[in-house]
Amino acid sequence: MSASARDLGAFRIKDAGRHTPARTARFTFDGKTYTAMEGDTVASALLAHGVHLVGRSFKYHRPRGILSAGPEEPNALLDVSRDAGRRQPNVRATVQEVFDGVRIASQNRWPSLKHDVGAFNDLLSPFFAAGFYYKTFMWPKEAWHKLYEPFIRRAAGLGEAPKEEDPDHYTSRYAHCDVLIAGAGVAGLTAALSAAATGVSVFLVDEQPEVGGALHFDAGTTIDGQNGYEWAQAAVARLKAMPNVTVLTRTTVFGYYNHGFLGLVERVTDHLARPGRDLPRERLWQVRAKRVVLATGSIERHMVFANNDRPGIMLASAARTFLNHHGVAVGRQVGVYTAHDSAYEAAFDLKRAGVSIAAIVDCRSHPGDAVLAEARALGIDVLTGHSVINTSGRLRVSSMTVARNGGSNARKIAVDALIVSAGWTPSVHLFSQSRGKLRFDEQNQRFLPDIYAQDCVSVGACNGTDDLSDLIDEAIAAGGGTLALTGENSFEWTGGMIGAAEGAGPDTVVKAFVDFQHDVTAKDIRLAVREGMHSIEHIKRFTTNGMASDQGKLSNMHGLAIAAEMLGRPIPKVGLTTFRAPYTPVTYGTLVGHSRGDLFDPARKTPMHALEAAEGAEFEDVGNWKRAWYFPKRGEDMHAAVNRECRTVRDVAGVFDASTLGKIEVVGPDAAQFLNLLYTNAWDTLKPGKCRYGIMTREDGFVYDDGVVGRLAEDRFHVTTTTGGAPRVLHHMEDYLQTEFPHLKVWLTSTTEQWAVIAVQGPKAREIIQPFVEGIDISNEAFPHMSVAECTVMGVPSRLFRMSFTGELGFEVNVPADYGPAVWKAIWERAESMGACLYGTETMHVLRAEKGYIIVGQDTDGTVTPDDAALGWAVSKKKTDYVGIRGLKRPDLVRDGRKQLVGLLTKSPDVVLEEGGQIVADPNQPKPMTMLGHVTSAYWSENCGRSIALALVAGGRSLVGKTLYVPLKDQTIEVEVTDMVFFDKEGGRIHG
Amino acid sequence: MADLGTATRALPLAGFHGGSSTVRLEAAPPAERISLRVRAEDVAALSGALGVDLPVKPKTSASANRRTALWLGPDEWLVIDESGTGVGNGLMQAAQNSGALHSAADVSHRNTAILVSGTGAAKAINAGCPQDLSLKEFPVGACSRTIFGKVEIVLLRTAEDAFRVEVWRSFSDYAFGLLSEGARDAAVKV
Repeated sequence: MSASARDLGAFRIKDAGRHTPARTARFTFDGKTYTAMEGDTVASALLAHGVHLVGRSFKYHRPRGILSAGPEEPNALLDVSRDAGRRQPNVRATVQEVFDGVRIASQNRWPSLKHDVGAFNDLLSPFFAAGFYYKTFMWPKEAWHKLYEPFIRRAAGLGEAPKEEDPDHYTSRYAHCDVLIAGAGVAGLTAALSAAATGVSVFLVDEQPEVGGALHFDAGTTIDGQNGYEWAQAAVARLKAMPNVTVLTRTTVFGYYNHGFLGLVERVTDHLARPGRDLPRERLWQVRAKRVVLATGSIERHMVFANNDRPGIMLASAARTFLNHHGVAVGRQVGVYTAHDSAYEAAFDLKRAGVSIAAIVDCRSHPGDAVLAEARALGIDVLTGHSVINTSGRLRVSSMTVARNGGSNARKIAVDALIVSAGWTPSVHLFSQSRGKLRFDEQNQRFLPDIYAQDCVSVGACNGTDDLSDLIDEAIAAGGGTLALTGENSFEWTGGMIGAAEGAGPDTVVKAFVDFQHDVTAKDIRLAVREGMHSIEHIKRFTTNGMASDQGKLSNMHGLAIAAEMLGRPIPKVGLTTFRAPYTPVTYGTLVGHSRGDLFDPARKTPMHALEAAEGAEFEDVGNWKRAWYFPKRGEDMHAAVNRECRTVRDVAGVFDASTLGKIEVVGPDAAQFLNLLYTNAWDTLKPGKCRYGIMTREDGFVYDDGVVGRLAEDRFHVTTTTGGAPRVLHHMEDYLQTEFPHLKVWLTSTTEQWAVIAVQGPKAREIIQPFVEGIDISNEAFPHMSVAECTVMGVPSRLFRMSFTGELGFEVNVPADYGPAVWKAIWERAESMGACLYGTETMHVLRAEKGYIIVGQDTDGTVTPDDAALGWAVSKKKTDYVGIRGLKRPDLVRDGRKQLVGLLTKSPDVVLEEGGQIVADPNQPKPMTMLGHVTSAYWSENCGRSIALALVAGGRSLVGKTLYVPLKDQTIEVEVTDMVFFDKEGGRIHG
Repeated sequence: MADLGTATRALPLAGFHGGSSTVRLEAAPPAERISLRVRAEDVAALSGALGVDLPVKPKTSASANRRTALWLGPDEWLVIDESGTGVGNGLMQAAQNSGALHSAADVSHRNTAILVSGTGAAKAINAGCPQDLSLKEFPVGACSRTIFGKVEIVLLRTAEDAFRVEVWRSFSDYAFGLLSEGARDAAVKV
């Protein structure tokens, strides 16, 4: 694409900047099309066309422009979209690079940027003072939902979150290095060159598209006799060619965590017009660095004066970046207001580029001699000891009002841009995140790194090292190598101030903005102090100063100085708020990375999953497992399917996938002794070839897990756990083995996934599996209930359990998992021909409830003892030690009236109780009622022809036969307390 | 009862294939595996019985006769026999024959493995694995029980640009999926 110079914007300066005129890109801003140069940011491209007004402020809807040229930007937050699905609000115009076709829109305005109804808020500003929300939305209570909350929700947050699914993908990568260098300005590049030459692995990271840092604007620096910016590009080319160096640009170190662990976000495609499909939009790097060199530079501060927020007012260094890097003049008649020499250099560069400088207004009486002399030489009017006390211009600054400090005569000077500098704040954010402690540099009024908590070193401007030679020496030393490098600056800088400037002091009511993004003024901070906030942490929260997404990169020091002045205390005594990650906002996409869709969380499937799905199974989530829930036949709903399955299991038989049950192989000569210590019942009495149901309690005596344990040999047990309990039970066992019983010769191995488990339950269970089993006699006599044996099933070495969670004759066939599908298929074919069914977890739940078998976690809740759960028989009276034995003796655990698990039968057999329903003795008692307990399990039992339920009820076993009530919102259900067994009370079927 | 047939084996990652221009991903053939627990004084006896010297240095493995022993902990090894594909487990028997005190649990079917190879292999694994996979820190033969995204894996470097990722079977499609994403990103040219 080609464009005439005119198309590129009236404020482009011929031959200025570093972009290639032939390479252009077209974009739209609020629907209007503009042409930019490749390499432009949205900010520089808009300024090239004379567009300064880009947004409305958060609270007062004041017109706002572009304040900075970097990531610290608090004002120019825009909505950027590539297409409908790729839209992002609150993008900093100073960071977003223009690409062909990008659509940019302003935010927080209606109906348009120039005519914004919300600007009414500016007139109401006396009502929106600091602490407004805390004071206003207190009462009446009813107004909260109808009035206040909707109002706050509408007012809170900036921009509109996209609703479409993000079509981009995001990746993540872990990496390690010997040295990570954050920032690739002079200091960072020098440290990298020094480190890389020693052969260590180096990561050099910079948030900008190109390295160079301050060299982007600072045209007066030469390194080794070369133009600074050009030296930087040559240096990084050398570094990139080295195999031990990784250079990441457009990459922000957003977090510095413990032990040299850093979070980086690399923006891969946000600058590309047509990114390849395999490119992630962003890549999250999680880097473990042995050493970190922080070369994060410093950020220029604005001046705090009346109406300092009009579009066209910006940082002097930003104006210099727009000119020297992007070739754009920020105005034609530019005013300068400064407390620091650096702004002079901006004025010099602009003047030399043909821009008229209205005046340099310097609040100091004595600027640096060199810059003053140069200003005079260039014919620039310098007003020392003067201040800008006001500005005018509705949508863009049109004049500055200047007065001698302490004087009363003020005059207006016409300007179309006003560049400001209050000096430089070292970027100590990452240092602080690393838990380093700062010290206050009284002379220069800044916080600097002092005590390091990690293997880290700060170099250059972020360390307060202003002199270029010192900076280079410091960086070479930090890199650990040797290097011969010399640098030279045009001018040494002096000056700087923090706090409110002339005309915005405590005796004034002007709007002198400290925090642009949150619309916090000097007045607000003083109000907070007057209302009793004395800690900077309180002041911050009361005013929200520094709490926007820019984290107060410009405002923190000013806010602190204003508060300290009001409090009459020195700055270090008032303190500094904590810097927290992320340094700049990070997208959710980056943090989520690969964890979306199928990779959001592992979906664990049993070996038979596909076969079950083919049989029409509906699945339910149990932890990460997908378990077959029920198997509806054509036309059946869940209720009908479960009823049929329940009936069929008891009439014929059912086949059930029990593979997800946790399995732990406990092996060693002390295995029985170990299980004796972990379970409440005894295991040394269990003979090889037999199984036993076991209860495991925690030290406090409450039920932790349960399951059947089979003894395969003297020294080998096959422990089963609940599906959800498998990992924690293994950890629990391993914990006790390693810390309490390390003398035992026993080892634990998770074998949950080694075995596919096919449960066959029902009167015909034996007949179904008989032909597949070789090597053992499975007759009732030879292989009674609670037996286990190793055998062969379909030619595969297997473990066969005779056990039941249904109350029926039952077997659980354990085959090595890869053989699961084949064995399942064969067993099911035979079972089906005999009239059996497949059943899922819902039927399993109903059948076990019919028998009063508990489910740990459903019928127990961490406050239930074995006795409470009617499992007192499983607690050994003879053992002298096991985990929980002391807990179970606590007075509260043996008192009368504890909640006990009992059965409930509704007086109306068709009514099924709600699980969780509360139980009371007298439904007519006044509220709040005395609740005796709650329903833990409730089902329709097709086999009983009525509903059944289990419940925890205070003193439950003494209430058997009594009537209790379950009051619900629209009805009260009458229930009778019963024992827990509803079906086959004699228990004969299990031995069939 | 022979007329009802012999069970055939179905591998959890059957049919899975993938990768990118720099990474090849494939499901490993079936193998025999045991989780082996041995105290220091019995390491020699088990090494002799298994025909491979159980390594005692952390993060190392040893191989002989297609058997590989991976150090997982001070008394824990994963032993893989790539020649064993029958229905029995020769490793269990060999360990038994040592006569020394130990625990062996057959985990042949609990684990499956994904072979990751190519110049981008380490990068692909580093999409979800926080370990330093430089050749200096993780040379050929190095192994570690570690994490990969949200699952646990045992990682073994089999060559400069080849790894074996052992993973529990129900986590294997997740691991394969994340490796595929990592492989795609490892092929991206910046």
